Amino acid sequence: METLSNEKVTEDMIPQDITQPLPLTDDFVPGESNFIQVQDFKFFYGKKQALHGINLEIPSRKVTAFIGPSGCGKSTLLRNFNRMNELIPGVRHEGDITIHGTSIYDPSVEIIALRRRIGMVFQKSNPFPMSIYENIVYPLRIAGQKNRAVLDETVERCLRSAALWEEVKDRLNESALGLSGGQMQRLCIARAVASRPEILLMDEPCSALDPIATAKVEELIIELKKDFTILIVTHNMQQASRVSELTAFFYLGNLVEFDSTRKIFTNPAKKQTEEYITGRFG
Amino acid sequence: MSKNSAPVPQNFFTTGGKQTSPLRLLRNRLLTALCIVLSLLTLVPLLSIIILLLRNGLPLLGADLFTQLPPAPGQDGGGFGNAIVGTLVMVGIALIFSVPLGILSAVYINEYAPTSKLAAAVRFVAKLLTGIPSIICGVFAFAAVVMTTHQFSALAGGVALSILILPTILLTSEQALMGVAYAYREASFGVGATPFQTIWRIVLPEALPAMMTGVMLAVARASGETAPVLFTALFSYNWIHSLMEPTASLSVLIYNFASLPYSHHISMAWAASLVLVILVTIVNVSAQFIFRPRHR
Repeated sequence: METLSNEKVTEDMIPQDITQPLPLTDDFVPGESNFIQVQDFKFFYGKKQALHGINLEIPSRKVTAFIGPSGCGKSTLLRNFNRMNELIPGVRHEGDITIHGTSIYDPSVEIIALRRRIGMVFQKSNPFPMSIYENIVYPLRIAGQKNRAVLDETVERCLRSAALWEEVKDRLNESALGLSGGQMQRLCIARAVASRPEILLMDEPCSALDPIATAKVEELIIELKKDFTILIVTHNMQQASRVSELTAFFYLGNLVEFDSTRKIFTNPAKKQTEEYITGRFG
Repeated sequence: MSKNSAPVPQNFFTTGGKQTSPLRLLRNRLLTALCIVLSLLTLVPLLSIIILLLRNGLPLLGADLFTQLPPAPGQDGGGFGNAIVGTLVMVGIALIFSVPLGILSAVYINEYAPTSKLAAAVRFVAKLLTGIPSIICGVFAFAAVVMTTHQFSALAGGVALSILILPTILLTSEQALMGVAYAYREASFGVGATPFQTIWRIVLPEALPAMMTGVMLAVARASGETAPVLFTALFSYNWIHSLMEPTASLSVLIYNFASLPYSHHISMAWAASLVLVILVTIVNVSAQFIFRPRHR
């Protein structure tokens, strides 16, 4: 197979019309390699096109990082996996995204069920103005779960998996807004896993956190990938290299390069990728 | 001072009199003084109203005022218990109509379809109605309720007041909903909540304190209005027995008694004014204490 790095790369060599997913290099061992498939996906905010025909295959139980300069479309793509973008008026898409081989745009798909399957952690932590306990059981309450034992069990399980249990177990009924910034973000992760999703979307989850809190969340991400497929948008190159196995580099609404994180950070195929990760632009 | 420290430049903290001219300083002081004087002037009418009410109203203030019926013209004693009850009943009727209508409309135009034509129309009409003179509300209720039921009534007064306060409740509720951070909605939708669940469990509880403040301000306004109830509820010297009969209110009592040629009735009008102001103040102040935001 002719590798992409042999191509003569010019400054404007952004793939404009990719119809096939980019091939992965050998040092990546896939799980369920085509768990999430993005097929010629285009996305528009009104008349402005934010994504130009993205093709991507994301394996299960791995951490995949989306990197790229602001406005490159990485968050837009991320927020399409659970169809959060549809809350914005005037958006439309072309192409398809499939998970487990099922299109998320299939008419039979219930958006509510989809979002339960795909948890999301936002850039700015957004716990509800309720107690810590109520924050975590919210996804269960809206699904009609009233059994106290199930709720209690979920709270402990989720707080443990978010590495927060020891810190808050004695004040579960206190307001979540009294937690520190890092604790709030881990609470949001706990809430996101409460409905037992398969995929976790993280939109710059550490951008508002200090280095110590960031380190804790990163440890958590590495721990969580045993159970979840994690997609993370980040502006922090070190973070992408620390937590992810796969990295996708986006630029101007195009997927420039998608490969194992090691490959992207040591020997990227495209000049633009190299320039971005070495900090020459972006 | 140590040897190594940099020399402080001359006139570092002055402009050498070039810019901070005496005229400039003087102008600054004059304007400051003017602002203080004008602020004090604002207090004059407000304080004089309160002093006047206390001086003329206090002498008559007693338990009888709240429990007795108004005296017939020319007689002494009595109170205006029926007018207090009447005012409360009519404000209550107004709230029953306008609170659900106003809050649910606000939910629709802010949560479900903020960019729709219907939302734009509702917003426009509500803003238009906030400026409508209160007597027009009375005229409308007269035509819509009094003329159709052939009866002056507390119901008609309540309807007039509800039209008066509906736009206020709608617009303050919309503002309250707008004040709820989008991040809460996002978080709720993100875990698979429906719009209804998001509104009912997250958005409304968060917006409630601000909404209730709006409602309380509307209550304060409605309980003092005279024009809407003047020719819809009319007046009565008796206790209220049904919603479909002429009903007394504090504001109409003040209007009626103040124009009577009997000094006792004029004193009662003063006392009623004082009671009305105290009631409105209690409502306003309690609104700010009862509806504190939760979990802050």
